[in-house]
This record gives sequence, structure tokens and C-alpha cells, in this order.
Amino acid sequence: MKNDGQHLIQGRGERIFNIAMVFIGLAISAVVLYPLYYTVIASISKPLYVENGSVLFVPKGVTLESYRQAASKPGIWVAYANTIFYTVVGVLVNMFFTATMAYSLSKPRLRFRKFLTLFAVFTMWFSAGLIPLYMTFRDFGLLNTRTAIIFGFAMNTYNLIILKSFFEQVPESLEEAAFMDGASNLRIFATIYLPLSKPALATVGMFYAVNRWNSYFWAMNLIRDDDKMPLQVLLKKLIVDRVANETEAAIITHESMSSPTTVIYAIIVLAIIPMMVAYPFVQKYFKTGLTIGAVKG
Amino acid sequence: MAGQPKTMVRTLKPSLAYRIRKSLARDWDLYLLLLPGVVWFLMFAYKPMAGLRMAFYDYNIFRGFEGSTFVGLANFKEFISGPDFVRTVKNTFMIALWQILICFPAPIILAIAVTEMKNKFVSKLTQTATFLPHFISVVVVCGLVVNFLSPGTGIVNLVLKKFGHEPIYFMVMPEYFRGVYTAMTLWQDAGFNAIVYIAALVGIDPQLYEAAIVDGAGKWKRIVHVTIPGILPTVVTMFILNIGKMVKVGYEAILLLYKPTTYATADVIATYAYRVGIGNRDYGLATAVGLFEAVIALIMVVGANKLSKRITESTIW
Repeated sequence: MKNDGQHLIQGRGERIFNIAMVFIGLAISAVVLYPLYYTVIASISKPLYVENGSVLFVPKGVTLESYRQAASKPGIWVAYANTIFYTVVGVLVNMFFTATMAYSLSKPRLRFRKFLTLFAVFTMWFSAGLIPLYMTFRDFGLLNTRTAIIFGFAMNTYNLIILKSFFEQVPESLEEAAFMDGASNLRIFATIYLPLSKPALATVGMFYAVNRWNSYFWAMNLIRDDDKMPLQVLLKKLIVDRVANETEAAIITHESMSSPTTVIYAIIVLAIIPMMVAYPFVQKYFKTGLTIGAVKG
Repeated sequence: MAGQPKTMVRTLKPSLAYRIRKSLARDWDLYLLLLPGVVWFLMFAYKPMAGLRMAFYDYNIFRGFEGSTFVGLANFKEFISGPDFVRTVKNTFMIALWQILICFPAPIILAIAVTEMKNKFVSKLTQTATFLPHFISVVVVCGLVVNFLSPGTGIVNLVLKKFGHEPIYFMVMPEYFRGVYTAMTLWQDAGFNAIVYIAALVGIDPQLYEAAIVDGAGKWKRIVHVTIPGILPTVVTMFILNIGKMVKVGYEAILLLYKPTTYATADVIATYAYRVGIGNRDYGLATAVGLFEAVIALIMVVGANKLSKRITESTIW
């Protein structure tokens, strides 16, 4: 890319280097993707072949029975629906809180701007920690509520800073022209800045969505009722906390179409499908966001 | 609503109160936009900080501060003189050290490798593949680890068995924990963390490379003398940004992976605070442990920033 200049004379060493890099790249990709690939082939294979180690590169005795079992796990669809709810509503709330504050902080004429920015940024370097935050939720009467998940995590300082620097890059002349026409700040924000910042908003929205979809820790501690539980907390029970003996004790015969192990792999596949489908979009926006964050950092 | 009060303010230099009033009159709705965010920070970031008082109480959740006894530094003393202090502090720093030695340089090397790949397809594939695991949740990643390493049915032990090796109980043996945890975070985040370096590498002036070639520098010399100095500021920035997080280590993942049998190497300050607080409901002690950790993290960030100021010119502030 950068040294494709005309002065470059490709010597033999250079050519060997380039070929070696192709192999290194392919090797890295294969090693990184293999765990996911294995999960998929194990989930559609007969348990006998999975558990005697003969499923390594291709599925054997293909069956979808494990998926049938996975899909009928009690509570899995409620948890799925809850996660979709937390992600969709949560991201909307995130965007409201983040965009409004980021816009305000992006204006140099804002009084106490430096102090207010520090007020936000300080929380990146110092946070009260687990128990005080838990007590805060308790004091506000938010234990075991959806509100705690939606509003308690309405803001991420890093995303706030990213959005703020995006807004700062919009040329001031646009705003001044609108001011001349008597437009208010709210109007300028809604009709000029938001439409102009669609890529930035999409990037930050994506950051939030991935985070919402994947988070488990606070839901595990704040939510008690199964009907409010997000998928990740249920997954923890199904694929991490499983009693090791449960799998070992299962008797696998030629006739078995699924086993606790293959069902776990099927559950994992079901849980990551939405992320994998969204991945091409997510990847595109994440790259822009990270790059801008870095320039700013 | 005259166009530019800014210039007027500068020439007249009126009193602060006047300028604030003027600013409010023109921009009241700009301040209104600030409100939800500021309220959020007060409620969910600063209100918990007030709760840090618990660290100095034998805190009783039902009686509140009035009904709980003030104990001064007793909670800190209990933690520091207790049997868990040395273990958790040592584990925190050991895991952080593994992260610094392996997981911090890996994305830099990956970024250099990816930009050195002349084959566009392979370069793109490598980036896409290594970036992917970042989007998988910590629960699923830990689920993969636990299941792959399971002694009976895990792929790793199945392969070991094929080579005639006895199955290894990875998740219950303390000597494997740090390796497993480091490998897991490496898999999950190396590609993601490489993005920033790739962006920095693309930004290096191509003329520098051409000049190096004219001077007869080979591939390796170009990497050492052009590429690495070119991304050094980014490396320093990322190091500072990460060092505070390193002390916090990924307790969400460790909580999922560790077991009483692996506490010897796996139990870090944050997981200990979690067990004491959420498990034993000893809120005062747990808050004190959390505060201890947060202060160390803060010192590390400030210290790293000071150090980088001295070594290079770049800081994050």
C-alpha cells in the first residue's frame, strides 16, 4: 500500500517476505476462526462423533436435533425477547442522553465547558465501584426493574467524547446562518446537526447496541425475576455454570441425536447469530468510530 | 438575538454574572440539552461516590448510615492484614503483567503484519477474522472456554486423548488459569485493539519509506526505523488508556471462569470485593476493597501519564 512507489524494486527477499505474509495471514485467520467453526460443526453433528473426537474439521452424522433441544430450553425465548427489548429501548435512551449532552459540550461558548467536560471525563478514571453502585440502585428503588438496566446505563463517557468531537467538526458557519434566521439551539440541533451527523450517530449507536446485547453483569445482580432476565444471564446458567458431571454422566449411544454438550454448542450458535448477521455493518462503523476516538485521544 | 455576542463580550469585558446571564438568555436551550446528561452523571456516577462513605462504616443495609457504626479505617485494616490481601493484590498484578507482556504488544504486531500484507484479500481476511471475536459476549466466550477445556467432552482434551495424553482438568487447576485467561483475552481483543494502530500506520508518510529504500534500508530496517517510530505516539496513548483498566482486570470474565480451587491464581481484588459484598453482604469491607482498587487505578493512570510526558511529549490531557 504505502511502499508501492515506483522506486521500489522487488528483490527476491522481498518476494519471499510477501509470500510468507500470505501464509501468516491465512494461519492467523484459521486459528482465530476455528473455535467458532468447531462450535457450528459440533452443534450439527451426532454427539457420539463429537464426544469421541472424530468431529474436527467436518460435521459427522448431521442432525438438527440439538437445535430443537436448544430452542425448547425453558425461558430461552423470553430471555431473547428481553435482550431485544433492552437493546432497542436501551440504545434509544443511550442516544438521547449522549447526543444532547455531547452537543451542548461541543459548543465553545458554553459557560463552564471545561469544568463540565472534566465532570464527565473524571468518571472514566475514577468510579465508586461495585457496591456503591449497587446501593445506589437500591436507594432509588430500582432493584429488579427494567428501568435500572435501561436508565442506569444510559451513558458511556467514551461515547460521549466521541460524539462531542464529531459535533465539533461541523463547520460553525452552518449554525451562524441558522441563528440569523432566528432558529433556536434546539432547532439547530434537531434539524441541522443530527441529520449531518448520521454516520457518527450510527457509529455510537452501534457501540451501544453491541454493549447492550452482550452485557450480563449488572442484569445478573439487579434482576431477580426470570421474565425480566436478558439472554446473557440465562446463557451463563446454561453454558457456563452447567454441572460438569451432567455432561459426563450422559450416556451417548449410536442412536443419540443430541447430548448436553452438543445442545450447549447449539445454544451458543443461536446466541451469536444476530451478532454475526450484523457483523459486516458493525465492523464498518466500529472502524470509523475507533479511528476518530484515537485521533481525539 | 444579535448574531455574535462573542465579540461584544470580548470588547466590553462586563462582569461574570452579567456574562452568565447574557449567555443564559441567548443559549438557555443549550443548557437545557445539558440537563439529562448532567442529571445522569449525578445519579449514577457521583451519587455512588457519596456511597464510598460505607468504606468507613460497619455498614448495615437496613439501618443506613445513622444506624451503622463508624469504624474509621478498620475495614481497610481488615483487608490489608487479612489472608486475602497478598493473594488478590499479587494475582491482580500478575494477570495485569501477563496482559501487558502479551496482550498489549500483540495488536501492534498484528497491525504491522496486516499492513505489510501486499495481498489485499489476505490482509482484509485477517482483519475481519481477528476483529470478529470482540463482538461475542463475555458469557459466550467463557462458555466456549469452559466447554472446550472440559475434561470429558472438550475438544482440547479430545485431541490430547488422541495423542495418548491423559485429560487435563484445566479449569480446576490453578497453574493453568493465567494462561487460559490470557489466551482468551488475546483471542477476543487483539484484532479489535489493532484497529487503532492500523489507522496510525496508514497515516505514516509514504515518502519516509521511499527515502529509507533509497538509503538502502531493507524490510526489517524500514519497520524498525520508520514504522515503529511512526506509531509510537499511538502506542504511548493506548498504553496510558489501558493501564488503569489493567488494574481493574476483566473481573466479569474471571467471575465466570474461576472456582474455589483456582482462587490461588485467579482471585483478583475486584472478584474478592464482589464475593465479600454481594456474597457475604459485608458492604463496608467490600466498599473499602473497591475504593482501594479504584485509588490504585487512578494512581496508575496519573503515573503513566506523567511518565509519558517525560519520555515523549504526548499526554492524554
